[in-house]
Amino acid sequence: MSVQSPPAPERVAQSGAPRPPRRVGFSQKLSRWDVKVSPYLYISPFFIVFAITGLFPLIYTAYVSVYDWALLGGQGEFIGFQNYTDVFGQPMFWRSLRNTFSIFLLSSVPQVLVAIVLAALLDQNLRAKTFWRMGVLLPYVVAPVAVGLIFGRMFADQSGLVNSALGVFGIDPVRWHVDVLASHVAIASMVNFRWTGYNTLIFLAAMQAVPRELYEAAIIDGAGRVRQFFSVTVPQIRATIIFVVLTSTIGGLQIFDEPRVFDPAGRGGGSQQWMTTTLYLYDVGWGTQRDLGRAAAVAWILFIIVVLIGLVNFAVTNRISTSGGGQPSRRQRRAAARSSRRSA
Amino acid sequence: MRKTTRKAWALAAGVASISLLASACSDGGNADEGGDASGDGNITLTVATFNDFGYTDELLAEYTEENPNVTVKQTRAARSEDARTNLTTKLAAGGSGLADVEAIEVDWLPELLTSADAFADLTSDSVEGRWEDWKVEAATSEDGRLIGYGTDIGPEGICYRADLFEAAGLPSDRESVKELLGGDDATWESYFEAGRQFKAASPDVAWYDSATSIYQGIVNQMENAYEESDGTPKPLAENSEVQEAFTQVVTESADLSAHLEQWSPDWDAAFQSNGFATMLCPAWMTGPIEERSGGVTGWDVADVFPGGGGNWGGSYLTVPATGDNVEEAQKLADWLTSPETQIKAFLNAGTFPSQVEAWENEELTASTNEFFNNAPVGEIFANRAAAISVTPFKGENYFKIHQAVADAIIRVDVEQSQNPEQGWQSAVEAFQNLGL
Repeated sequence: MSVQSPPAPERVAQSGAPRPPRRVGFSQKLSRWDVKVSPYLYISPFFIVFAITGLFPLIYTAYVSVYDWALLGGQGEFIGFQNYTDVFGQPMFWRSLRNTFSIFLLSSVPQVLVAIVLAALLDQNLRAKTFWRMGVLLPYVVAPVAVGLIFGRMFADQSGLVNSALGVFGIDPVRWHVDVLASHVAIASMVNFRWTGYNTLIFLAAMQAVPRELYEAAIIDGAGRVRQFFSVTVPQIRATIIFVVLTSTIGGLQIFDEPRVFDPAGRGGGSQQWMTTTLYLYDVGWGTQRDLGRAAAVAWILFIIVVLIGLVNFAVTNRISTSGGGQPSRRQRRAAARSSRRSA
Repeated sequence: MRKTTRKAWALAAGVASISLLASACSDGGNADEGGDASGDGNITLTVATFNDFGYTDELLAEYTEENPNVTVKQTRAARSEDARTNLTTKLAAGGSGLADVEAIEVDWLPELLTSADAFADLTSDSVEGRWEDWKVEAATSEDGRLIGYGTDIGPEGICYRADLFEAAGLPSDRESVKELLGGDDATWESYFEAGRQFKAASPDVAWYDSATSIYQGIVNQMENAYEESDGTPKPLAENSEVQEAFTQVVTESADLSAHLEQWSPDWDAAFQSNGFATMLCPAWMTGPIEERSGGVTGWDVADVFPGGGGNWGGSYLTVPATGDNVEEAQKLADWLTSPETQIKAFLNAGTFPSQVEAWENEELTASTNEFFNNAPVGEIFANRAAAISVTPFKGENYFKIHQAVADAIIRVDVEQSQNPEQGWQSAVEAFQNLGL
C-alpha cells in the first residue's frame, strides 16, 4: 500500500516557475514500473506453476480427447467428438455418474454438517484443548489407501467387524460389497472418516476469528447456545463455509482411492455398484479399454460437471448464509426477531 | 450486475484451478536410466522386475564374474501393476527411460505384442528348445518376432485340506486324492463329482473357494476361447463352448463354491475358518496359501488337474529395442533364463522354471514344501507342467471379454444377485457394450 502513495513533493515543484518539459529519469520510470508490475511478479510463481501443471495438462487433455488415442499405440486420427459420444453411449459411464453423486452426497453433506458442529464444540472452553483438536485431525494423517484397506476389511461381507457388530444388535448382515446403497455408505464412511476432522479445524480457525463481543451482545440479548450458533457463528464464518463446501464438492466428485481399494479387483464391483467416474476414467484409460482418447473425454466431462456443480454450490451457499438480507441488517433482524417474539 | 458476472468469472477460475490442483496426480515409479557405456568398454545393464523373481545380488554378481565388463543392477517394483504402469507409460512415450531388460507377466503379452516393434527380436539358436512350445508361442508376434524369454510358469495342481477330507470320511493321502479326483484322466465332471461326495458328508464346508477361479481354469484349457486365431473376437452370444463352461461352473457352484472372490478379505478369512477344502493351485499359489493359513495344518498338494494340464500365470524377460545395449541385454536375458540360473532363482523364491530341461534337475525334483505336509512340490509341479498341452490364444481383446464373463460369474456366485440365465444374458450384454 505505502508504495502507491502519490509523489507529493513533485507537485510542489510544479507549482513554481515554468520549467522546460520534464524528462523522466530512468530510475523514476523504473519505480513506476515497480509500482505497476511488481505485484504481478510477486504472485506470478503460482500462476507459472499453475500454467505448467494445471493449464497445460487441461488443454492437452482436450487435444487428446478429440483424437483416436490408444494407450500404447499413441496418437491416431482426428475423430472430433466421437470419443465423447462413445462415452455417453456406455451404460457404465451413466452408472458411474450415479455412483459419484450418491457417494458425494453421502459424504460431503454429513461431513460439512458434522464438522461445523464439532468445531463449535471445540470452540468452547475445553480442558486439554490441543489434545482434542489434534485428535480430530488424526484420521487425516492416515493415507487414503490405508484407510481404504482397513475399512475394506471392516466392511467385509462375511467376516467383517461391522457386520459382527450389527449382529450383536440382532441386525442381519449387510451386504456391503453387493448392495448399491450399502457400498456407497461404506465408501462414504471412509471419506468422512478422513475429511471431517480436517474441515473441523478449518471451521474452528474461522470461528476463533469471530469477535467475542458479538457473543457477549447475544448473551445480553438473551440468546441461548443454539441461537448464538445460528445467528452469530454461522453468518460470521460464511466465507469459510463456502470454501469448505466448494473444496469438499470438488474432492467428493473425484473420489478414487477409497472405491479403488474397496475390493481386490478395483473396478467398482461385479456390476459396477461403486464405480465412480474417476474410477471409470482409469478403467477406460488404463484398465480394460486402454483408450486414452476416451479417458481424456471423460476427464473433460468430469471437469465441466465439477465446475457447474461448483457454481451452483456457490450460489446456494451464498444465499443460505446471507439469508436474503444485506449485511448491515443483522442488528435489524435481531430486533425484528425480538419484536416478533414479543408480539407472538 | 456487472459485478456479479465478474465475480462469477473469478469464481469459475478459482473452481477450475482448485479442481485442477486437486486432480493433479503424480506418477511415481522410476526405473533407472538405461545402461550407460563408459569409455573403457564397461557397461551397466539394468533389469526391472517386480514381486520376487529370485534374482539376488549374489546371483547377478555371478554374471559379472563371467563377464567382467558388465555390471548388472536390478530395480524391483513391489507389485506387478506398478511395473506394468511404468512399462506401458514409457513405451507410449517412445521407450526412453526403460531398463535394458524389462520383466513382464504373461497376461500383458496380448497388448505388448500389438507394439512388438518396441522390443528387440530375441530369436536365437541358443534358446532353441529351451521351453515348451506354448510358452514360446505366447510371446511370439504374428510376423515371428520373439519378444520375451520365459522365466517361470504356473503349472496347476490341486491343493487340498487333508484334515477336512478325513473329517468327511474321504481318503486324504496324495495318491488316493489323485484317484478320487479322477487320476490321470481327471475331468472337470469328476472333480465336481468328488465335490458332491464331499459335500454330502460335510455340508458346512465348501468344495472350492470361488467360481471365477474354476472358470479361469477351464477357459485356460480352451485353444480359442474368445477369439479366432487371427484375433477376430467371437460373438459371445453364439459362443457355445464358453456358454457351456459358464453354465456348468455357475450351476455346480450353487452348491460347491464358498462364494468368495479371490484376494478379498473374506477369502483371506476363509483360510482360517475352514471355508473350503480344495482350490486350483498353480505353483506360485503355495506361497499365498501358506501366508493366509497361519495356525492351520492339513494343506497338501495332489498331482492331478481336471481336464489335463493347465497353466496360470508366469513371466518373461523382454529387451526394449530403444536401449543402448540391446545386444548385451539379450545375452543377459539369455543367461538369466537359462535352466541353471532359473533353478537358482527357484530355490531363492519358488518361481517354478519354465525351462523343460530344469524339470529334470535333481535339485528341483528333490525340493519339498514343509507347510504342505512335505509334499514333493518340485516333482509334482514338474509333472503338472509336462501335462500342459494346450496353447490358449490370447489376443488383444481376450481380457476385455474375459472380464465381461468373469463379472457375470461374480454376480451369480459371489453377489448372488442374478441366476445363471440372467448372468449369461448380462455377460452377453456387457460383451455387446464393448463394441468389438
